Amino acid sequence: MTVSYENSKAVFDGIRAAGIRSISALPETWLGLLLQRAEDDPEVDLIQVAKEEEAVGIAAGAYFAGEPHVLLMQNHGFFAAMNGIISLAQLYSVPLCMLIAVRGHWGEPYPWHTRGGIVTEGLLQALNIPYHHARDPALVAKEIAEAYTLSQSSLSPVALLLTRDLMEE
Amino acid sequence: MRRADCLELIYPEIEDKLVVTIMGACAQELYDLGHRENFFYLQHAMGLASSIGLGLANHLPHEKVIVLDGDGSALMNLGTFTTLARYRPRNFLHIIFDNGSLLSTGGFESHTTSGVTDLAAIARGAGIEHAVAVDSPMAFGEAFVEAMERDDLGVIVARVDAVGPDNYGMDFALPENAFRFKRCVQERRAATGWTPPTHPGHASSA
Repeated sequence: MTVSYENSKAVFDGIRAAGIRSISALPETWLGLLLQRAEDDPEVDLIQVAKEEEAVGIAAGAYFAGEPHVLLMQNHGFFAAMNGIISLAQLYSVPLCMLIAVRGHWGEPYPWHTRGGIVTEGLLQALNIPYHHARDPALVAKEIAEAYTLSQSSLSPVALLLTRDLMEE
Repeated sequence: MRRADCLELIYPEIEDKLVVTIMGACAQELYDLGHRENFFYLQHAMGLASSIGLGLANHLPHEKVIVLDGDGSALMNLGTFTTLARYRPRNFLHIIFDNGSLLSTGGFESHTTSGVTDLAAIARGAGIEHAVAVDSPMAFGEAFVEAMERDDLGVIVARVDAVGPDNYGMDFALPENAFRFKRCVQERRAATGWTPPTHPGHASSA
């Protein structure tokens, strides 16, 4: 299985179509082609972090500055960011639009991803974070725009889960 | 050297800057000098004050962003030095008050307390060119003035006593601080000719 070039482009185009040009990310396999596009786009401001929790702070700063922002991370990075999500974003009513690559779920061949994949939805539910699975490249732009809109209207973290169906081919 | 004295020394210079401070004693001492709408107090999420500062500085090149950090918080997010070094926001000053103590959470000694761990050296090793350590008010004041005049990312590690204020309390709720800070930042940005984007949820007809 390889990462889908066309669908990575669909996700990136969806981010841009939603009016977002500020991105924070921690690179991972499924996000690689997507982040390459972000890096190559002179209008996009990409900050790669050393650990995903940093991106929550960066997203808050961008929000205060009035700059639409999206966070890209793997589900294991979401775990690493959790205190920031709770004790900055949720505590202060700061919106986060998170695009999370969900590894370790249906069809996962790699054992090391599986424990995280199994608990991801339960953790999102425990944190009251609305989430939606993105599976269809034809719909993903709309889903990104909807995730961003809900994050802004609810002043809350929102997660769009990038699935195997979408990211691999 | 006391952190409160350092804050008092620089207050006239930072009262009109975008300031992000960490929790507890540092936040309270800044607040007690006089709250400004351009101050944001991160009362939890230890380690992320510098990341918020990066997000602000990155999108507001006309502003000078000051982050007031502590050794305990900085130790929780050492990766921030590497991210700051890589993107090098020139309008960002990172002040770390190093009291060698987790003062606001019980006063336990931090890893910097015996002098083994050198935060300024960590910052320099991460690639931040202008990172200095100071232990007197005079040296702190000089380092601050130099950093404000310099158009570059700077880190000042100020060795201070492990003492804090006697009383804690602010007259607003945490989200209120965020709402007012955001409004202040956007009004300042608008004054430079920039117009905030209109989101569906914020449209007047919604």
